[in-house]
Amino acid sequence: MYSFEYERPSGIDAAAAAHGEDDKFLAGGMSFLPTLKLRLAQVDKLVDLGGIDELKGITVTGDTVTIGAMTTHGTVAASEDVKKAIPALAAMAANIGDAQVRNRGTIGGSIANADPAACYPSSLVALGATVHTNKRSISADDFFVDLFETALEEGELVTKVSFPIPEKAAYAKFPNPASRFAMVGVFVAKISGGARVAVTGAGSSVFRQSEMEAALSSNFSSDAIANIKTPADDLNSDIHASADYRAHLITVMAQRAVDAAS
Amino acid sequence: MTSVTMTVNGKSVTRDVEPNTLLVQFIRENLRLTGTHVGCDTSQCGACTVHVNGDSVKSCTMLAVQAEGADVTTIEGLANGDELHPMQEAFKENHGLQCGFCTPGMIMSAVDLVKRNPNPSEDTIRHELEGNICRCTGYHNIVKSVKSAAEKMGG
Repeated sequence: MYSFEYERPSGIDAAAAAHGEDDKFLAGGMSFLPTLKLRLAQVDKLVDLGGIDELKGITVTGDTVTIGAMTTHGTVAASEDVKKAIPALAAMAANIGDAQVRNRGTIGGSIANADPAACYPSSLVALGATVHTNKRSISADDFFVDLFETALEEGELVTKVSFPIPEKAAYAKFPNPASRFAMVGVFVAKISGGARVAVTGAGSSVFRQSEMEAALSSNFSSDAIANIKTPADDLNSDIHASADYRAHLITVMAQRAVDAAS
Repeated sequence: MTSVTMTVNGKSVTRDVEPNTLLVQFIRENLRLTGTHVGCDTSQCGACTVHVNGDSVKSCTMLAVQAEGADVTTIEGLANGDELHPMQEAFKENHGLQCGFCTPGMIMSAVDLVKRNPNPSEDTIRHELEGNICRCTGYHNIVKSVKSAAEKMGG
């Protein structure tokens, strides 16, 4: 790693104030520390969010689950409140990376990084979540822009994410066997008045499969989407899978998710 | 240099470190506790697993300064004097290791696993150990070891 300065503020305002032009916020560090170790990134200062208690925790009110940005995947996976309100979200968190990664990695870090194969973005988009920052609220549809690119401005800090509780939902992932990242992951949600389908791992960023959404809105069953193909033109192709294979997996994973939805 | 203070295996330690010092470097090179191994150094193999405030973490993917104020346990902190921890005893009894390189990390992960799943099924053990790679055993005896230790640990 190149050398850098380090600061560990204890409040959101102090963290925002500490962040300068070539600085980075550090959440769980499960993606960013390896990036620094490989010298693929260089920062003047790391502003560690690990000491900010107000960024941690889960609250469930009548129709919303709110998760603090520095809440770990392990905490979400083990939360009885999340398991009861949105079991699909707890199950998704339980299969991110491995146990050690889940003990450090956070929801805020995952979505701010916006890895195209990360699991969390699909849950935000499918459930119609809202990302809250220290400056504003952003709908999940507007938050994820492109490959590793979000609507966050320089120095803007994710504070929490609120998820409307769906009628039912599920996430199905075809994991890369080495990294556990999604080769293709599909999150489906049945919500009042329709259905939402979000795909991760297949394109440059999470995206909605609107044809499947329309079919599931009138008939929430795996048969309804069995013949819906996603064009492979804009999908990822790499040593793990071709674009055509990923296109095929989208339908398979979407069907599995619909069958598993609870 | 930044001063960092943490508790390691029950003892308070304070050292001056560069902010880019990894926790595993701190443990091995500053504290000379070399039971924690560096295998892949890319957060995949789990040989560097230690407990930070009771949770298993890969110490090659955490900065020493991030452990400020934390309670850290390494493999050296598990046994009670000459008496092995039940997990260590179970790995010995069930032939849960061959070359032994992955074993410290494997045991630290397994202790955390049993804490969170007091009576784990074989599937749970295999899922929970996905972050630890062993190139010798084929995992079968590791799973047996963890199951046996979980029973002895009162699951």
